[in-house]
Amino acid sequence: MSKAGWIRLVIVIAFFGALEIMCRIGWIDRLTMIPPTEMAEALWSMLLAGSITEDVLYSLRNTVAAVALSVLAGFVCGVIVHALPRLRRILDPLFASYYAVPVFVFYPLLVVIFGINATPLILIGAMFGIVAMLISTLTGLDRVPRVMFKSARMFQLDPLRSALLIKLPSAAPHLITGVKLAVVYSVIAVVAGEFILSSKGIGHRIAYAYNDFDSRTMYGLLLLLLTAVTVVTMSLHMWEHRLHSRWAKQ
Amino acid sequence: MNVLSQTSAAEHSLEEGARGAKAPHVHLKGVTRIYPAVANNPEVHALASTDLDLPQGSFFSLIGPSGCGKSTLLDIVAGLASPTEGTVMFEGKRIEGRPPEGVGVVFQEDSSFPWLTVWNNVAFGLRRKRIDKAEMAKRVDAILAFTGLSDFAQAYPAQLSGGMRQRVCIARTLVLQPRLILLDEPFGALDQQTRLLMGDELLRIWRETGATIMMITHSLDEAAMLADHVGVMSARPGKFIEIIETGWPRDRTSEIVSEARFGSITAHMWSLLREESQKAMKAR
Amino acid sequence: MMKHRAIDYVLLVVGLLVVWQICHELVGEYALTSPLATFAYAAKELGDAHFWNNAGASALALLYALIIAMVGGLAIGLALGLNRLAGDVADPMLITLFSVPKVTLYPVILLVFGLGLSAKVAFGALHGIFPVAIFTLNGIRKINPIYVKASRSLNLSRSRTIFTVLLPAALPEIVSGLRVGFAATILGTLIGEMFAATEGLGFMLIKAIDENNVELLMSLTLFLFLVAATANGILLAIDHRLHRRSAAAA
Ligand SMILES: Nc1ncnc2c1ncn2[C@@H]1O[C@H](COP(=O)(O)OP(=O)(O)OP(=O)(O)O)[C@@H](O)[C@H]1O
Ligand SMILES: [Mg+2]
Repeated sequence: MSKAGWIRLVIVIAFFGALEIMCRIGWIDRLTMIPPTEMAEALWSMLLAGSITEDVLYSLRNTVAAVALSVLAGFVCGVIVHALPRLRRILDPLFASYYAVPVFVFYPLLVVIFGINATPLILIGAMFGIVAMLISTLTGLDRVPRVMFKSARMFQLDPLRSALLIKLPSAAPHLITGVKLAVVYSVIAVVAGEFILSSKGIGHRIAYAYNDFDSRTMYGLLLLLLTAVTVVTMSLHMWEHRLHSRWAKQ
Repeated sequence: MNVLSQTSAAEHSLEEGARGAKAPHVHLKGVTRIYPAVANNPEVHALASTDLDLPQGSFFSLIGPSGCGKSTLLDIVAGLASPTEGTVMFEGKRIEGRPPEGVGVVFQEDSSFPWLTVWNNVAFGLRRKRIDKAEMAKRVDAILAFTGLSDFAQAYPAQLSGGMRQRVCIARTLVLQPRLILLDEPFGALDQQTRLLMGDELLRIWRETGATIMMITHSLDEAAMLADHVGVMSARPGKFIEIIETGWPRDRTSEIVSEARFGSITAHMWSLLREESQKAMKAR
Repeated sequence: MMKHRAIDYVLLVVGLLVVWQICHELVGEYALTSPLATFAYAAKELGDAHFWNNAGASALALLYALIIAMVGGLAIGLALGLNRLAGDVADPMLITLFSVPKVTLYPVILLVFGLGLSAKVAFGALHGIFPVAIFTLNGIRKINPIYVKASRSLNLSRSRTIFTVLLPAALPEIVSGLRVGFAATILGTLIGEMFAATEGLGFMLIKAIDENNVELLMSLTLFLFLVAATANGILLAIDHRLHRRSAAAA
């Protein structure tokens, strides 16, 4: 590991250590927060008992579906919008302000249409993630060197092959950025949707535990959620970095 | 290197010979190119009316001040861009904004695919053709050996130097055995010694395949050493000021640089280019 | 140029209205009000003191959150950017913190700050501070070392170097960060109001959701989007101008 990596590790350990001590000696009262070790222990026992398995799987399935939908639709829309510069100029202000508004407030409208089930959650997650993927796709295609398009034409590739064999891999580092952001935004929307209105899922369980003053369950679930998102986004982030440096051909 | 010599180019030149030896392989008539104005940029008159005939199997070098329209001309011959006016013919057929089969280009910019290994980069074009696996592997390996990349077959372009990446692009083009090879400043990233050696290799390929070559270069020496004819272009809008015939034998090597004629050719080129280059510099 | 821009905006607005109307026709009045009905309702709301009280509360919270996010983000980014190692250590950590779906932290924020202004300010600042810090950090780190060498050869003091060389050179990046941070702060403040407040537009949103008041929900979202889009448009124009200028200088 690099020097920076070691320092980072020390900082993280020190942070959780300090939190642990402050909780233990009562600077932070138990109602506000429980010590990190207890969070982990609570999570472990819940996982063993299987009491949260169903909710975790429910949220996971919905998030995966939402991410898949937003990545796919975002990429396709991105390719289309990229090919139509006029349309792109028109839509630009929309893309630029999209994330200033909590789009997931439309979740209840979707519930009215589809009922309380997984569909509105998946749709709202996809709606929130899609624009991040679309913007990244546009950036990625913008950065494809012009000589790549020329090469595609010299190899007599048809438009579909040229998109799949040249444009897609050429834009890959930026597409991964898009996937990473789509994950983040989809999780936000799905979990927020579950907070607002749901009968299942991690978000629902967290809100329920909060109202019930059940800090063990609440912090256990928070730990699980944050760890999972961090691991996924960090892996994508590292992958993205690797591709960026390979694509830059230093 | 029999892999290279089995090209259809040789057969093709026979065909061509039967039809009439005089028909040029590439023929440009009154070709101009104006880049239209976009947004805040004014239109650019890149190429003045240009005529050019390249006989089958000839080696033509293009030299001129920076920004005079050399790459533009190459794009037009490759079928990547349409001329604003004029016609371009390749093997007797009109090229219209679509690259014809049998033309290979090595671009000025590095165009190796960073997501593929060197081997797969070189095999890229062959995979689009109906060629069986064994034959493909044989051709790729031969070209890699030829360009000195065998040891790096499984490396990615990011792991190579700029000069090696340019060799990947050259290999990727040559492996398709094009009958017309267009090279835009192909040795720009190489050091002088490697340049000379690659020049020798290029002459060998040229002789063995019978392909027609058009090569852009910034190096007066390179143009004088490699080509049968050197087209000297004016500052933008580019046109040929003079087409110099070098008169070298077909089986020349880089050793001709020590001949007295070599010196007088480059001196003549420079006398033509000096003023044009100054114009081009002021135009910026 | 200007005229083109205006036509583009008109086309965007008309396009959005058409899509909205079509969606309305598809799903019906009870799920999605028509543009016309929404505008009528919004006009009525705009004449209502109750709305303006809430809007005022939101504006105040947003202001505080923005100040914290911008000043804090700039300070963090600058401090870390000045030292190579500190930057290397912090960069992935900031990105992780940026990617954490902070909406899930609402119970923690509530437990720490209680219901009210400080909770929503905290929420807003928490969302906005990381993008500002990340962009500033990268802006400083990307500065051409020649500038730093030049300022050293001119014998500038450290603070002079920061204010006359580093900050101006990183300005385009910093403004991009402020723009992204601005959008994130609005989003965060609204989320804070939805889950951790008793007044503000976010609170009105969550109440509209609870009461299933689709007209109000749509009007509020419309209003929020217009405000966010306008502010964002202004920042975007500044952003573009700065980036063009620095591209011309390079
Ligand atoms: N796509 C384009 N749109 C507008 N102008 C262009 C475009 N491509 C090239 N030009 C302009 O046309 C002129 C000729 O360009 P070209 O690339 O053909 O020059 P060149 O002779 O190859 O230069 P160099 O030796 O630097 O490679 C230049 O002034 C260039 O700025
Ligand atoms: Mg050129």
